[in-house]
Amino acid sequence: MKKITAAIAGNPNSGKTTIFNMLTGARQHVGNYPGVTVEKKEGLCKYKGYEITAVDLPGTYSLTAYSIEELVARNFIIDEQVDVVVDIVDASNIERNLYLATQLIEMNVPLVLAFNMSDIANRKGLVFNLEQLSELLEALIVPTIGNKGKGKVELLDAVIATVEQGKVKRTHRISYGEEIEDELAKIETIVNDNEGQLTEKYSCRWLAIKLLEEDQDITSKVKSQEVFDVAKGGAEHIKDIFGDEPEIIMADRRYGFISGACQETIKSTVESRHSRSDMIDAIVTNRMLGLPIFLILMYLVFQLTFTIGTYPMSWLEQLFGWAGRAIAGLWPMASEHWFKSLLIDGIIGGVGGVVAFLPNILLLFLAIAILEDTGYMARAAFIMDRIMHKIGLHGKSFIPMLIGFGCSVPAIMGTRILENRRNRFTTIMVMPLMSCGARLTIYTLIIPAFFAEKWRGPMLWLIYLIGIALAIISAKVLRVTILKGETTSFVMELPPYRMPTPKGICIHAWQRGWLYLKKAGTIILAISIILWAAMSYPKPRPESLTGLNSQQAQQVKLAYSVAGRIGRTIEPALKPLGFDWKIGTALIGATAAKEVFVSHLGIVYAVGSAKEGLQTLREQLQANYTPLTGFCIMLFCLISTPCVATIAMTKMETHSWSWAILQFAVLTVVAYAITFIVYQIGSFLTG
Amino acid sequence: MEEKHLKPLSSVKAGETVTLVSINAGQALNSRLASMGLVPNVELTVVNNRHPGPFVISVKDCKMMLGKGISHKIMVL
Repeated sequence: MKKITAAIAGNPNSGKTTIFNMLTGARQHVGNYPGVTVEKKEGLCKYKGYEITAVDLPGTYSLTAYSIEELVARNFIIDEQVDVVVDIVDASNIERNLYLATQLIEMNVPLVLAFNMSDIANRKGLVFNLEQLSELLEALIVPTIGNKGKGKVELLDAVIATVEQGKVKRTHRISYGEEIEDELAKIETIVNDNEGQLTEKYSCRWLAIKLLEEDQDITSKVKSQEVFDVAKGGAEHIKDIFGDEPEIIMADRRYGFISGACQETIKSTVESRHSRSDMIDAIVTNRMLGLPIFLILMYLVFQLTFTIGTYPMSWLEQLFGWAGRAIAGLWPMASEHWFKSLLIDGIIGGVGGVVAFLPNILLLFLAIAILEDTGYMARAAFIMDRIMHKIGLHGKSFIPMLIGFGCSVPAIMGTRILENRRNRFTTIMVMPLMSCGARLTIYTLIIPAFFAEKWRGPMLWLIYLIGIALAIISAKVLRVTILKGETTSFVMELPPYRMPTPKGICIHAWQRGWLYLKKAGTIILAISIILWAAMSYPKPRPESLTGLNSQQAQQVKLAYSVAGRIGRTIEPALKPLGFDWKIGTALIGATAAKEVFVSHLGIVYAVGSAKEGLQTLREQLQANYTPLTGFCIMLFCLISTPCVATIAMTKMETHSWSWAILQFAVLTVVAYAITFIVYQIGSFLTG
Repeated sequence: MEEKHLKPLSSVKAGETVTLVSINAGQALNSRLASMGLVPNVELTVVNNRHPGPFVISVKDCKMMLGKGISHKIMVL
């Protein structure tokens, strides 16, 4: 079986992913291009004695060196020596989409064009003379309808025919006009003479084009000063003649080439364009209705992710509970065997903790896929952009941040909708400041214990608002320090609205879920087991537990464990915050998952954490602490130490431990500082 | 007919069709806009231009949203 690599290229919104899914099915491998946070998807497809590895390149409009996505796509095609490039062209929007094709033609790679969404093009009254166009572009053209699965066999046939033919010398080429061609010829000659290493990899003409365009990547690869000077001189000369950068003039000529090719081969029979999309846009981006519609949709996304998510979560909980009991049954009832505890509390508890996030992640990405595939996401970004821009974030950041109020874990993964690295990292870093659902359990324990009925609502609001305010401040600080850089000036295509395909959406959601289990899941599991060990060992002597009831025994065990000892050791450090060792121990537990704070406090006060225990626990808290300490507990839990799942997610999404550790450390320090100030001023005022 | 003179795109009213002359938004953005079809002499229609709100243009049969800042930097006739 012969192995070939096919790179799938195309504009954003050209239906590239749909074609990729059509070719490879659900068996896809998601990873990253080496060294960058650009997602790389690969899939296999067997056809007529060939094993085709399809690689989904990032969606781009061009192949310049200005954006990381374009550079990645370009380098992949050249460095991996792909056998064929399949360019997915939105047939209903042909001119703009063929621009990328002109760049691929210039790279002289074996090329197949898939005219996707050909049904929509036909409905718009576009009639193609594909044979003639194919001759002009010197590439096979296959009409496809990705979302209906049409054109798969024809596309694969064209891919194989093109691979078998191999590289051919092209007869047509884009002519840039006399002045530019003169310069190109000069550069070509000198490159040929001086840059042996480069010409092995790239064609002379392509190098000349890129050098004249002052492409940063290629210019930096040039070694000979002579080549550099000639290219620079050429670019200056063109600027003098045309009064514009060579790159722009050349883009203009490419569009001229496309117009010429299209004029001869495409007939438009109907003159109605965008009509339905225009109508929908008039409503959803309406000045009055735009924001309310967006907020309603966001409410639905939140509800879908978390309300519906509770059902599969409770099934999973039951499943793990049942598994725990089944395994416990292997030992006698009262057995305290370490292996039993490791299996049930450590491993099953840990795996359960990992899997518990899965429904949220799947549902969130289901919702995101629907928003993206219909074309609404682009509008949503714009509606929110004015507000989010003020904090130095992108309009789309709003969506993951909203999800952060449910849970940081899917929210951090949701930042994948942001293309710009700086926007994405800023959003990830401030995410833990959104009060998640697990922290709500802490607030609902503390607030009723210390505050009168009428203050409870405002108190909860206050805590949430403090989180939001800190997030805004942190984002601003990050944007002027370590994540400095221009906020991406906003240019965005408004794709026509489309019906998404259920298959595409499901593949999308499943991939994210699987990625989460594989990448973050393992880290979460490992840290959970470590934390379990810290809270269970060392064990006190059995005789010291005699005469105690089970709750008191638990209390003694926790106090005796590593976590309890650390809690005691750090007590002097926590004292200025108004915390004692009991709170310290519970805080250590809270790094496993925020809600553990409540159950651990239950244990250290020997009241258990069941419903009746909760009320007794509130009474205990009331007896032992002031309302100021209560407030400080909430404040500290809000800001400090994201849970292990969040840390694991940050590591996975930023591809580095340093961001995860930075997030952890900075938030903890800030939490300490703010709580310290609040407690000290508070105790001074209350005397 | 009103005499045509060079003006920034931001001053064009919704529904009007104009011809692009030049963009001065820095090399990277110029290039990005060019690859999206915003090249000299191309005709573009302003779909939406209101304060505040998205600035929407239609070029080569596709709709694009621009930041207000960019629309000041695009000169049209």
